[in-house]
Amino acid sequence: MMEFKLPSLGADMEQGKLLEWRIKPGDAVKRGQVIALVDTSKAAVDVEIWHDGVVEELVTKPGETIPVGTVMARLRSAGEVAPAPSPTISPSLRKPASPAARKRARELDVDLEKIAGTGPHGSVTLEDVEKAAKAPGPAPSIDRQLEMRKAIAAAMSRSKREIPHYYLAESIPMRRAIDHLARANEKRPVTERVLLGALQLKAVALTLRNFPDLNGFWRDGAFHPGAGIHVGVAISLRQGGLVAPAIHDVDQRSPEDLMRALADLVKRARAGSLRSSEMSDPTITVTNLGEQGVESVFGVIYPPQVALVGFGRIAERAWVEDGALRAVPLLSATLSGDHRASDGHRGARFLAALRDQLQRPEEL
Amino acid sequence: MKPEEIKSQVLGILGKIAPELDQGGLRADRPLRNQVDLDSMDWLNFLVALHERLKVDIPEADYGKLQTLDQLLTYLKERLPA
Repeated sequence: MMEFKLPSLGADMEQGKLLEWRIKPGDAVKRGQVIALVDTSKAAVDVEIWHDGVVEELVTKPGETIPVGTVMARLRSAGEVAPAPSPTISPSLRKPASPAARKRARELDVDLEKIAGTGPHGSVTLEDVEKAAKAPGPAPSIDRQLEMRKAIAAAMSRSKREIPHYYLAESIPMRRAIDHLARANEKRPVTERVLLGALQLKAVALTLRNFPDLNGFWRDGAFHPGAGIHVGVAISLRQGGLVAPAIHDVDQRSPEDLMRALADLVKRARAGSLRSSEMSDPTITVTNLGEQGVESVFGVIYPPQVALVGFGRIAERAWVEDGALRAVPLLSATLSGDHRASDGHRGARFLAALRDQLQRPEEL
Repeated sequence: MKPEEIKSQVLGILGKIAPELDQGGLRADRPLRNQVDLDSMDWLNFLVALHERLKVDIPEADYGKLQTLDQLLTYLKERLPA
């Protein structure tokens, strides 16, 4: 028998509220399948399972708030024999509702369980959801903002308490990367256009291949390298706050593919619809504040990660190259490193390698 | 397409991308992206939505001509059949 416990979906998560199960007893589940929707203080997250098996029992009920690590469900592995069926009929675990109503309820942040359904067999209809969303009541969006603020406060305080940060900065000439991208984008329709941000992510990931000591986690007094290069992308939410979900295996993906992943991630982050693996396994974070016009950003590492790369604004500046003074678009790249896991010397070599990689945009 | 129709489409798309935007406070002669806090991803999404609704594909090289709402509307008027 296997126990499925509520996973930690980021260092700032202590508890979660089960919104709904996507499985029922008797279902066969596959590794990577989304089995539940869990509300963290930051977003409603699709939680995935990492073992194949058959659902035996759902322990947590929708609407319950439980700490990280609580057993939510029991499963038997494929070979295990099912116990004799229980004679009692288990009650329906989730409120009957149309798929459209369920989707709308998530969008509007309305609790389906609290709505009196007017559809067949008391099921909740789309109209019921929209009516309930309009009904006066406590404003959930404000609560979420407050919760998100608390979550960020907890994670960042822990980071500054535990992680001895060192900070490095490097100016990177961007002429080649910008021209390369402009040429490539000329041939692309607007729907497939790639942003410089996607190239920057790829450059970070390719460079990290030679710096595994910056890609991973500090846990229990030791460094553990990441299994892949999963780059957490800091995404600010329009209503305030931020999340930093991962794009997986960034070093192995084309710029076009990365751009699609990035656009999808930003869209889902802002709609509050992220997957558990995206929340829990970034091996490094990249933050880009250049668009807000700042020259550089020295970020706070997201524990248990050990490094954060910050990109500032790209601006034309006077630059001496081959003995001549030129106007060159420069990007300020920074590294915040965890001094327990690496030293400034390594960090400096990483930034130099990142600078060199961005001079060879055709490899990205 | 009539200028008013283009404007209402453009504002409709902006409203979707930046729901918190107070459109009454938007100055049509000031830089748009600053006022609406559109980062490059929002801007690209905006252009993709324009492409879907108005069938107009704006090349990157023209971004510089599209600083303000007024400039954008003039540009679209020229590109779209009346």
